[in-house]
Amino acid sequence: MIPELGHFALIMALCMAMIQSFFPIAGAARGNVAWMSLARPAARVQLVFLVIAFSALVHAFVTNDFSVVYVARNSNTMLPLIYRISAVWGAHEGSLLLWILILGLWTFAVTIFSRHLPEQFVARVLGVMGLISIGFLLFILITSNPFLRDALPPLNGADLNPLLQDPGLVIHPPMLYTGYVGFSVAFGFAIAALLGGKLDMAWARWSRPWTVMAWVFLTLGIALGSWWAYYELGWGGWWFWDPVENASFMPWLTGTALIHSLAATEKRGVFKNWTVLLAICAFSLSLLGTFMVRSGVLTSVHAFANDPARGVFILILLGIVIGGSLILYAWRAPGTLISSSFKLFSREMFLLVNSTLLTVAMSAVLLGTIYPLIIETLGGKVSVGAPYFNSVFIPLMVPLVIVMGCGAWARWKSDEWNRLWQHLRYAVFASVIIGILLASMLSGHAALKAALGVAFASWNILSTGILFYTRMRNGPDLLTTLKTQPRSFYGMCLAHIGFAITIIGLVITSNYSTDLHKRMKPGDKAELSGYTFELTAIRTIPGPNYEATDATIRVWREGKLVTELHTQKRVYGVRDMPMTEAGIGPGLTRDLYVSLGEPLGDGDWSVRLYYKPFVRWLWLGALFMACGGLLAVTDRRYRQIRLRATDPQAVIAGGAPAKI
Amino acid sequence: MNVQRRKLVFTVVFIVAGMGIATALALKAFQQNLLYFYSPVQVAQGEAPTNRPFRIGGLVVAGSVVRDPKSLAVRFVLTDTLKEITVDYDGILPDLFREGQGIVANGSLRPDGTFAASEVLAKHDENYMPKEVADALKKAGVKMDYRTHAPAP
Repeated sequence: MIPELGHFALIMALCMAMIQSFFPIAGAARGNVAWMSLARPAARVQLVFLVIAFSALVHAFVTNDFSVVYVARNSNTMLPLIYRISAVWGAHEGSLLLWILILGLWTFAVTIFSRHLPEQFVARVLGVMGLISIGFLLFILITSNPFLRDALPPLNGADLNPLLQDPGLVIHPPMLYTGYVGFSVAFGFAIAALLGGKLDMAWARWSRPWTVMAWVFLTLGIALGSWWAYYELGWGGWWFWDPVENASFMPWLTGTALIHSLAATEKRGVFKNWTVLLAICAFSLSLLGTFMVRSGVLTSVHAFANDPARGVFILILLGIVIGGSLILYAWRAPGTLISSSFKLFSREMFLLVNSTLLTVAMSAVLLGTIYPLIIETLGGKVSVGAPYFNSVFIPLMVPLVIVMGCGAWARWKSDEWNRLWQHLRYAVFASVIIGILLASMLSGHAALKAALGVAFASWNILSTGILFYTRMRNGPDLLTTLKTQPRSFYGMCLAHIGFAITIIGLVITSNYSTDLHKRMKPGDKAELSGYTFELTAIRTIPGPNYEATDATIRVWREGKLVTELHTQKRVYGVRDMPMTEAGIGPGLTRDLYVSLGEPLGDGDWSVRLYYKPFVRWLWLGALFMACGGLLAVTDRRYRQIRLRATDPQAVIAGGAPAKI
Repeated sequence: MNVQRRKLVFTVVFIVAGMGIATALALKAFQQNLLYFYSPVQVAQGEAPTNRPFRIGGLVVAGSVVRDPKSLAVRFVLTDTLKEITVDYDGILPDLFREGQGIVANGSLRPDGTFAASEVLAKHDENYMPKEVADALKKAGVKMDYRTHAPAP
C-alpha cells in the first residue's frame, strides 16, 4: 500500500510542478498577479508530495519490502539499517528520486529567501525550476519507477553493492546532488532574467549567493568522493579521471568560472552574456553528469540498447534544456560581448582570463569523456586514460594559478603594472626562492615538477597573504579592521589559499608517493621510504553481513613504533563479493597506507604498502575552499537584503558598494 | 584603434589562442594516450598492434591461473570463447579477479604471442562484467543476460 502511496505522491508532485511552471510563467508574461502568486504555494505543496514519495521508498527499504523490485535488487535483510537507508540512492531509480527531492528543497529555499525580489522575477524563477521538475518527474514515472512491484517477490534481496556499504557513500551522493541541483537555481535566475529581458547587476547580485552555495556543496561532494575512493578502493588512488568523476568535475570547473564571472557582473555590470552562458552551461553539465553516472550510458551502452525509452528520454530532455536555453540566449541576450568600459589591465580582465581558462579546461575534460562514447557509436572501442587528462589539464592550470594571484589584487576598471609589482614583488621573489630551494633539496626526476608546483602554490598563498596584511595595515587598528572587512573578503582569501593547499598536496603526493607490492606472511618485514612495515598477525573476524580476514601491520621508524594498522579483506555473503578495507595511518605530512591483497597459499598474502606524503592536503584544501564559499554567502550585503526585504527598489538601486 | 575595439581584438585573440593551444595539447595527448581494445580473436587474427600498448579483455579460463611461489608473478589465460591468449602479470590482482570472471588488461603483445599486462582491471560495480568483454563475448556468439551482463545460464 505504501509504495502505491509513494507512486501516487509522485504523480501529484508532477501535477503541482505543472501548476508551478505554467501559471507563473504565463502570468509573468501577461502581468497576471493572481497567476504569478501561485508559484510559491505550488512549489511548497510539490515539496510535500516529494517528501511523501521519498519517505515511502525509505519505508520500503527499512521494512525490507522485497515486493518492490528496486528494493529487492538493492537491499537485503542482513544489511545494517543505515545502509538500508542509503541504499535508497544506491542505484538509478532511487538516486533520481533523491535528485528531484533535492530540487524540491532548493525550490522551497527560493520561495523562502526571495521576498525581496520582484514578484514577476520570482514567478519566472520558480516556473523554470518547475519545468525542470516536470522533466525529471516524467522521466521517473515513465522510465524509472522506483515503486514498481513484482508479483512474485523474492524471499530476500540481492543486497547493496558492498562498495557502497560505507559511511562515505552515505553522505557523498546527497552532497554531490545538492551541488548539481543547486545550479538549477542559478539556471532559473539566468533564464528568468533572459525571459524578462533584464540582465542587470541586480540579477547578478541575487543569483550570486545561490550559485556560491551550490558550488560549496559540489566542492564538498567531489572531495568526499575522492576521499572515499582513496580509502575504499584499496590502492591509494584519489583521482582517476574516470568518466564518473569527470561528470562531477565539469560542472565544478564551469561553476568556478561562473562565481567569478558573477562577481564581475555584480560589481561592474560586465560580461553579462558570458555569465548567463556559464550559468546555462553549469546546469547543463550537471544534467549531463547526473545522467551519465546513473543512466548507465557510460558503464554500458547496453543499458541504452535494452531500455531505449530511457536513452531517448534523456537525449530529448537534454536537448530541450540545452537547446531551448541556448535559443533563448541567442534571442534575448544583449548584443555586445563587452558592455562596460574597463582597461586591458584590470581585475575584469584577470577574471575574464581565468574564467576562459576554466572553460577551456572543462572542454578538454568533456572531449576526453565523451570521445570514447562517440567512437563507440561509430563502431570502435577506445579508452582515454589519465595521461591524456594530465597532459592537457595541468598546462592550463599554470597560467590560471599565476593570474589568480594578480586578480585578487588588481583594481576594478583599471590598474597599473607598477602598483601591482610594488606590492607583489616580494611574493614573486619568495616563491621563486622557495621553488629553487625545493628543486635543489629534492632529488629525482620529479624534483622540478614538485618545485614548480609548490612555487606556484606559494605564489598564491603569499599574494593572498600580502593582500590581507595590506588591508590590515591600512585600517585604523587591527581589531576594528578585522571586524569591518566584509566576510566575502575572508571567504575569498580562504578559498584561494585552499586552492593552493590542494595544489601542494597534488604535486607532492603524485610525485613522491612510494609503494611496494609484496608477498608476506606473519613475521615478514618490508622497508619503504624509511619505514619498516611488519606483518604481525592474520586472523578471521566475523562482521554483520560479511566475513573478514584481518591483518595487523606494525609500522616502525628508526626502531620506534609509529602506528599499528589493520587492513581487512571482507567477503560479503549475499553477492559473494570480496572487498578490501585499507588500513590508514593518517598524518598532516604523510599517510601510511596498507591494504591486503589476496591469499597466495601457504599462509602467504599479497600486501600493498604505500607511503603518501601530503595526501591529506588535497581534501584539506577543498575544505578551505568550501568554508571560504560559506563565508562569502553569509556576507553582510546578502543578509541586509533580507532585512530590508520590504523595499525591493532600494535594494536594487542601493546597497553599499562593498569591496570583494 | 579605440579602446573598445582593442579590447575586443584582445579578447578574441586570447580566446582563439587559448582554444588553439588547448586543441593542440589535446590532439597530441590523444594520439599518444588512446588505448584501443582488442578481443582475443582479433589478436589471433593479427589485428592488434605489436608496437604499442592496447587493452585486451575476456573471461579468465577456469584452472588457468598459475602463481609463482616466490613472488607476485601470475600467469592466466583469457578467452572470448573462440580464441585464447596467455597473460603475464606481476602484481596484485583486483578483488573481483577470479576464474570465469570477465576482466580487462592493459599492456602489450610479446613476440611469442603472450600478453604482458601492466594493469589488470575487474569491473567494480554490480554488473561484474566489463563492457568491452561483454561486447566481445556477444560478438563471439555468447548469449548475454542484459541486466547482469553475465553470460546467460
